[in-house]
Amino acid sequence: MKFSEQWLREWVSPDLDTQALVEQLTMAGLEVDSVSSAAIDFSDVYVGEVVQVDAHPDADKLKVCLVSDGSQQYQVVCGAPNVAVGQKVPFAKVGAVLGLDFKIKKAKLRGVESQGMICSEEELGLAEQSDGIMELPTDAETGLDVRQYLQLNDALIEVDLTPNRGDCLSITGIAREVGVLNKLPVSSPAIEAVQATIDETLPITLDSPADCPRYLGRIIRNIDTGAVSPLWLQEKLRRSGIKCIDPVVDVTNYVLMELGQPMHAFDFEKLDGGINVRQAKKKEKLTLLDGKEVELTSGTLVIADNKKCLAIAGVMGGLDSSVTPATKQLFLESAFFSPTTIAGKARSYGLQTDAAHRYERGVDFNLPGIAMERATQLLLDIVGGEAGPVVEAVDNLPERKTVTLREERIGRVLGIELSKSDVEAYLTGLGLEIVEKGEGCWTFNVPSWRFDIAIEEDLIEELARIYGYDNLPVTEPLSRFSLKPNKETSVGLTELREQLVALGYQEVITYSFVERQMETLLGTEESGMLPLANPISQELSVMRTSLWSGLLKTLQHNHHRQQNRVRLFESGLVFNHINNKLEQIPKVASIIWGDQLPEQWGTQNQAVDFFDIKGDVEALLSLTLAKADFSFKAAEHPALQSGQTAQVLRGDHSIGWIGALSPAIQQHIDIPGKIYLMELDLNAVMPAELPVYSELSRFPSIRRDLAMVVDVAQETAAIEALIRQQAGELLQDLVIFDVYQGQNIEITKKSLALGLTFQHPSRTLADEDINPIIDSCINVLESQFNAKLRM
Amino acid sequence: MDNLDSLTSEALNEIEQAPDIPGLEQLRVQYLGKKGSLTELLKSLGKLDPEERPKAGAAINAAKVKVQEALEARKTTLSAEETASKQTAEAVDVTLPGRRQSAGGLHPVTKTLQRIENIFSSVGFDVVQGPEIEDDYHNFEALNIPEHHPAKAMHDTFYFDSGLLLRTHTSTVQVREMENGEAPFRFICPGRVYRCDSDITHTPMFHQVEGLLVDEQVTMADLKGLLVEFLQVFFEADLEVRFRPSYFPFTEPSAEIDMQCVSCKGEGCRVCSQTGWLEVGGCGMVHPNVLRYSNVDPEKYTGFAFGMGVDRLAMLRYQINDLRLLFDNDLRFLRQFSEGRT
Repeated sequence: MKFSEQWLREWVSPDLDTQALVEQLTMAGLEVDSVSSAAIDFSDVYVGEVVQVDAHPDADKLKVCLVSDGSQQYQVVCGAPNVAVGQKVPFAKVGAVLGLDFKIKKAKLRGVESQGMICSEEELGLAEQSDGIMELPTDAETGLDVRQYLQLNDALIEVDLTPNRGDCLSITGIAREVGVLNKLPVSSPAIEAVQATIDETLPITLDSPADCPRYLGRIIRNIDTGAVSPLWLQEKLRRSGIKCIDPVVDVTNYVLMELGQPMHAFDFEKLDGGINVRQAKKKEKLTLLDGKEVELTSGTLVIADNKKCLAIAGVMGGLDSSVTPATKQLFLESAFFSPTTIAGKARSYGLQTDAAHRYERGVDFNLPGIAMERATQLLLDIVGGEAGPVVEAVDNLPERKTVTLREERIGRVLGIELSKSDVEAYLTGLGLEIVEKGEGCWTFNVPSWRFDIAIEEDLIEELARIYGYDNLPVTEPLSRFSLKPNKETSVGLTELREQLVALGYQEVITYSFVERQMETLLGTEESGMLPLANPISQELSVMRTSLWSGLLKTLQHNHHRQQNRVRLFESGLVFNHINNKLEQIPKVASIIWGDQLPEQWGTQNQAVDFFDIKGDVEALLSLTLAKADFSFKAAEHPALQSGQTAQVLRGDHSIGWIGALSPAIQQHIDIPGKIYLMELDLNAVMPAELPVYSELSRFPSIRRDLAMVVDVAQETAAIEALIRQQAGELLQDLVIFDVYQGQNIEITKKSLALGLTFQHPSRTLADEDINPIIDSCINVLESQFNAKLRM
Repeated sequence: MDNLDSLTSEALNEIEQAPDIPGLEQLRVQYLGKKGSLTELLKSLGKLDPEERPKAGAAINAAKVKVQEALEARKTTLSAEETASKQTAEAVDVTLPGRRQSAGGLHPVTKTLQRIENIFSSVGFDVVQGPEIEDDYHNFEALNIPEHHPAKAMHDTFYFDSGLLLRTHTSTVQVREMENGEAPFRFICPGRVYRCDSDITHTPMFHQVEGLLVDEQVTMADLKGLLVEFLQVFFEADLEVRFRPSYFPFTEPSAEIDMQCVSCKGEGCRVCSQTGWLEVGGCGMVHPNVLRYSNVDPEKYTGFAFGMGVDRLAMLRYQINDLRLLFDNDLRFLRQFSEGRT
């Protein structure tokens, strides 16, 4: 909400400059968003009177005017179409400066001397744009400084209010806060009931009293359609950021700003019979003030007459019944609508109005009567006319709440002690009334404008606010300290991340929602998609079912930025939607592309392949100290290339995938060179073994190397397993140190070079110990895998 | 015996001239070996008069010692020269880069999260996690945010057709932890959160860390104390922190946490929009309704909760001036946090 500091100071004027006032408001929870000036800086602009207007001898659009400042007359050339004799105008004399650098100098316009300028609102910074010069009221005193006359030394303060403080959406509300913060009384304008001069009324029916417990209406007849809003009213509205329209609308807006009561004026002649506040009927339509026709939805409260719907209650009036410049007969509305009824309504119609903004936050339910009298009086003053009696319908009005506050609780929550008198002064200053005072406690009546106070803590918050959050002490929390369980048989995400970083991977964080097309390519079925109902864009519209889409997109992004080698990982939740069951599973995934090593001297570099990513996965899994638990099984995955894909198993459970990106996806993302991916289920990786020491042998080990020729398709893991099983406990280590295909080997065969290391715990091994083991290994390999010892 | 002197001086001269250790060895054999010339001289002592023998023997032995010493000295010199020339031959250009895998690195948000977790763990806060797809109850209702309330509308929630939603804050985890545990509580919950908003200063996904302390003697003064200390420790600076009344349905009283601008030290600059202050989060005393929803007795326990924007903390800490950089994952950006600026 934007308001004029001057207006506030008419109600309460603390001894603070603008900056201190702004600071005080902010620190009381009414956050000041911006402070601006009521006008641009200017000097030497006076109220002038146009005493003569003649045509310019050489220019059709220019006029030669004589402007008086009360003591002297000046010849001024003016281009505005609306300049006329008798007008009072802001007159900038020679030497005046408007804004930063607009200097008024003596000048000749088409050969006629001009000694100054008649200003428009735009030139004084009072409007964004104007069509002609500004006309001041005819009673403006000629010669007066315009800044002084218009009281332009004023700050416009914009507060960004939290949704609980609807009560501060008016000068009344802000003044109340400033009063209690500065311990000053607040003076409000005297508002008295306006005596009816006609007895005409409209009957009012409340069909939905829970939504509209109070509705006041009044007829005002025979207003002056030629009247204009007085300058003071126009200026106050302008400084509140509200456009002046016509006196009737201006007055309702003024009351909205001053008291916080949204009001509406209907053209009485457009109404048929009495007013009914009711629920919208099915398919009922209404053309709103902004010209848009809407079909009303169920749950919408409307103001209707006997025949038709007139307005969406608390949101916006209808076009047909609205006041126009020709309107002479008014029906004025001032009502209380329940906040929950209005909440979200404006938004549901794509609207945003000052009235709805206030009603959904809560408007004082005792205010409509006062506001009606205030608006009536202002209207009679400005547009004249005859007011009828106020008709009020009341049903189901909310009750004022009472809240009990215990003195002891203040200290429990805030850590301070407040004196009884401070507690009472703070809260009564905010409009609460003491209903009962007990031993160390009070019961307060909550004012009808505070919808946010319902429990003891709400009162404590008010006390803290007025006392000042900054004045609360700063202490260190007391706490018993107890040691937490600390599990060593688990590999944490932190360790996995560190390992990946050590392996040369860069971590990335990508959005959890991805493009549907990519999900489809990666193999997610339509039934497994988890689309957002309101995505921000098509690229971010379904939840990821794997971390790969984010990694691939990031690879693409970096490929487009001349990166030629990429190693990335990410950890986070993926979202599986299978058989209508939602699973949110933490995963870690990585992608590699480009050369094995960064470009450097002295190494033989080559492009990454399957065994690079597999090695990295093995390095990760080795953190668990449970190497034997894990295995890799050739498998098929829709996102991966057939023949270069493996499922990672822990025992019998699949815990992840590794492999080369499928050619189809590769073509889609249009990146040359093979891409390898892995993804692991974090929870399945985490369980680890506690290291257990086993005795070191003091005796030398013996190594034997074997070269076995097997079928190309023969899986090495099976050979390894068989050797381990056959060799028994003396086998300490088994390495595969070469895989060879080529010369001297049949084309369907490969040669595996195996290194076997044997050691005995308590003696030195001799050839006689090893030879039979090696022979038996060769025998089983020959019989089971048709292997041949390579000579 | 006449030739002893000449033999000795010849030997010494040759030793001095020996080019390398094998040459030297040859000389040793030539003079001192079993058939060496000095050894031969000793053997010839028998041909001398018995009276002359001791004197002559002593002279020969002295010559032998002299030659021996010269051999050793020359050997030391030669081997030092040899080592030196070998080292020269093996010398490398130490300014050439080392051979290695590229340096990996953590994302700056992860670095920030780890830092936050470490600071809070050090005083006994647990680090807990929760689901990101949530139900309305845990995201709103249990946090005292009523249906249709403007506060709920301000959350810009992402929904699924099923009515589930993406959590808009990590406060959901607070609810889940309290539901499943027993007071007292002391934990933080870091994680991803989502809001349907995307512009220069908003990304539809961002990170928050929520903290909760519920115990028998927790006051708002403690809340101030903990957060002031946290920010000072996190930024390693003696920053001013102020608490401004605000509104969150799940805390009462509620406050915004403003920190003195790290960039201008409160003078006013572009980073803080000339205010000297930076909003870093919200906090407050846990609303009694929230405690009750989670079966904690608000008469026995009080507590505070706070939430901070992790991405914002990361940006301030590392002087990142564009939020969107965090999720573009441009390697040129990310590498600045692992390899430094190049």
